[in-house]
Amino acid sequence: MTETADRWIGASVTRLEDLPLVTGRGRFAGDIDFPHQLHMRIVRSPYAHGRLKSVDAAAALAMNGVAAVWTAKDIADLPPIEFREGPNENLSPYRQAVLAAEWVRYVGEPVAAVFAEDAYVAEDAAECVFVNIDELEPVLDAAAAPTELRPGLGTESTVCRQGYGNVDTAFRDAHTIVELDVSIGRHSAVPLETRGAIGRYDAARDVLELHGAAKVPHRNRESLARMLGRSTGGVHLYEGHVGGGFGVRGEIYPEDVLVLVAALRLGRPVKWLEDRREHMIAANQSRQQRHRIRAAIDGDGRLMAIDDDFFHDQGAYLRTHGARVVDTTCGILPGPYRLPHYRVAGHVRMTNKTPCATYRSPGRFESNFARERLMDAIADKLGLSRIEVRRRNLIAASEMPFERPLVALGDDVVYDSGRYEALLDKALAHIGWDALQRDVASRRAAGEYVGLGVAIYVEKSGLGPTDGARINIHTSGEIEVITGGASIGQGFETVVAQVCAEMLGSDYRQVRVVHGRTDRIEYGIGAHATRATVMTANAAAVAAKKVRDKALDMAAQLLQADAADLDIVGGCVVRTGMIGGPAISLGDIAHHLRPTSSTRGERDPGLSAEGWFSTSHMTYPYGVQIAVAKIDKGTGAVRIEKLLIAYDIGRAINPMLVEGQLVGGFAQGLGGSLLEEFRYDERGQPLSVTFADYLLPTAQDVPFVDILLTEDAPSGVNPLGIKGAGEGGIAAAGAVIASAVDDALGASGTISHLPIMPQQLKMMIDAFEATGAAAASSGSG
Amino acid sequence: MSGNPSDKVEIALDVNGRVHHARVEPRKTLVDVIRDDCGQTGTHIGCEHGVCGACTVLLDGEPVRSCLMFAVQAQGCKIRTVEGLQSGNELHPMQQAFMDHHALQCGFCTPGFLMLAVGVLEKRPDISDEEMLDVLSSNLCRCTGYQNIIKAVKAAAHTMKAADD
Repeated sequence: MTETADRWIGASVTRLEDLPLVTGRGRFAGDIDFPHQLHMRIVRSPYAHGRLKSVDAAAALAMNGVAAVWTAKDIADLPPIEFREGPNENLSPYRQAVLAAEWVRYVGEPVAAVFAEDAYVAEDAAECVFVNIDELEPVLDAAAAPTELRPGLGTESTVCRQGYGNVDTAFRDAHTIVELDVSIGRHSAVPLETRGAIGRYDAARDVLELHGAAKVPHRNRESLARMLGRSTGGVHLYEGHVGGGFGVRGEIYPEDVLVLVAALRLGRPVKWLEDRREHMIAANQSRQQRHRIRAAIDGDGRLMAIDDDFFHDQGAYLRTHGARVVDTTCGILPGPYRLPHYRVAGHVRMTNKTPCATYRSPGRFESNFARERLMDAIADKLGLSRIEVRRRNLIAASEMPFERPLVALGDDVVYDSGRYEALLDKALAHIGWDALQRDVASRRAAGEYVGLGVAIYVEKSGLGPTDGARINIHTSGEIEVITGGASIGQGFETVVAQVCAEMLGSDYRQVRVVHGRTDRIEYGIGAHATRATVMTANAAAVAAKKVRDKALDMAAQLLQADAADLDIVGGCVVRTGMIGGPAISLGDIAHHLRPTSSTRGERDPGLSAEGWFSTSHMTYPYGVQIAVAKIDKGTGAVRIEKLLIAYDIGRAINPMLVEGQLVGGFAQGLGGSLLEEFRYDERGQPLSVTFADYLLPTAQDVPFVDILLTEDAPSGVNPLGIKGAGEGGIAAAGAVIASAVDDALGASGTISHLPIMPQQLKMMIDAFEATGAAAASSGSG
Repeated sequence: MSGNPSDKVEIALDVNGRVHHARVEPRKTLVDVIRDDCGQTGTHIGCEHGVCGACTVLLDGEPVRSCLMFAVQAQGCKIRTVEGLQSGNELHPMQQAFMDHHALQCGFCTPGFLMLAVGVLEKRPDISDEEMLDVLSSNLCRCTGYQNIIKAVKAAAHTMKAADD
């Protein structure tokens, strides 16, 4: 750890965020209280599908300390929760109402809201609200033939189609066709802090406040203001500490709307905290897809075409993202490979389960799994090694920037830079692939079920279009950076501070980074799609350059020098290269720039500036993951013995934090590959509602993750050359684990579903052992 | 006694060496009282069924899940929470090690891990790496993948031991 540096960009400094968090002084949603607040508790549907006949709240209302009980009738003026990207006429019937009115469509759907003086009383009262529902047959299989949720409302809400070229001709001319049916289970972010929202109406200022906001506070302000018929000037969102985001937290859910409306109408602050069981049935779930995918291959193992028809289990409603996960899946599926012809149809299917939306690496965890399964199958079918078949198809560095006529997140797909084959070679050399292969082969010959897996993938990051930052240097010398970004625990403050410190010749610990506050800056897009560092750091760099110029200009007058001969070192403006010469601190320069300063001249007051960064395209980092997996013969349990993530980040602002993102992301991906699944019974009752049935990886489950971080392909679409790391660890976790487990079984193509369950492996191994078809029969290649 | 579970009772809790008096329902959990009535919000609630360990505190030196106990049961015990780890401005070696090794991201699980690791190391400074991994696997972290938590705990164990020698 470098704590003193001339260059802050690239330094693995410790985080500015940490001190309050290790001393118990964080401010998470649960830690926020206002005087005279009420506590809200939601009454939820106990049925997956049904007709809501009546809600009887009389007993609850009669209880001491209960202030109100609301059903849909009480908020009939509120529209359903809207899509962030704006209205969509075709999809609007699938939006979720704040409280269910006539139908319930998943277990956990909010039916009534209880407001009480105390959280315990609210919970007691909620149990006394009687909900009368006629249960209906649930729809649970997204890949079955489409049907209707109710008359006129089909289960196929939309089909996302993308593609180019002539797929049918390619399949006709193909040397070989490889076809797979692969699927990914339903899992999600499951952050350690459940959701929370505190609504407060300040009548004195006519401002409605939402505390506990995260991820996209500014954009949510716009949506909420529209839904509530208020001006955005009268709605403010406040992000405190966020106990894990990963895509799930910070979206607008029914509870967020309810605390705001209740704060307005009941005239008291309203606090809601989700409990864990609620989180497991009410917060966004993700991932569940089934791909029927096939590839046309020429005689050399080169991809001619991919044709994919997939089914996305959306659950009961379309939430704030609309159909975005499916569209991203379509746009990113070809990954790092050259692909002359491509056709994909993603069916967004409604079911009677908890609604789905984004979870870290949405559309890529799924598509990387499907595509890399396909690459392994192609290798197997043609008798090529898994490395060789990938190598033959990788897009070459000379083809960059590489444009594909596809769209992901509303952005045309243009890979800005990449040296894919070079990274593959580095990864193979780093892990010692050849020796590892020999070792695995000999262990397998000795009867172990051990295997090697590989996956190559392209990530996306830095979603635009624009972000801003305003820098103000106080007379104390403190550098305040006000951003429209959001911090969800990823180290946002530290990296933005590092960039500003570098530009302003100051210590990063002199920088205070403000985020997630709609009352401090007008616009912001927030922290999602691995965009926060790329967008806000570049915006901060633009603002810092302006502040720097202004500081040098003012200092030039004070030091009677030419601004071109000045530099900022250690927080002071000095003559370039002159040690011990005249110096003036940034704080003093700010003092000279006060509105009342006589030395300010014609300059605008304040040592401050605003900077904006805009980009028309995302930036695409890429990676190679290699795993060694061992299956326990007796239990079927998989242990990942070795794991390498080779990842090109373009340019790392803080390598330690990048590695932290990659390791943590992989751990989550391991969960979705081996442990985690939201299961439902035949009536649509959720079976994974506690940490005893939904297993998060523990310290025992996660292997040591070796990181090979490279900076071979700086981004071509932003001045800092940076790319994102937030989702790079998880994106190919399912793909690489499946590849390794497959290899351990010595029977290619057996792993077609995630999560891979020990019971299933145990049965396979027992069958192998019984027939004598030992795993040793085929080698890893 | 009326026997009504919502009748409040007077309790006194010793949290970080300070006695807090509160009137609480007997059914109120220890973690809720530590947070709501004692104002020590560093102890977090992650699952309320004793799995995640975010609410871990030390009760007479033993790490316990404060979501699985009623506050009335903790009377007469010495309770230590994350707020009591540092002395003055000096961080506990475990807190410092977590910062130095980037052992936290969102920081929500951190107080629970700090108390768990400190509680175990105070009693067993020579615990093996393997046993410590076993101990640490009793709490959940969703951000870090545990790698840096394990590094930090090892480093702090070393510092704590050196200070004792």
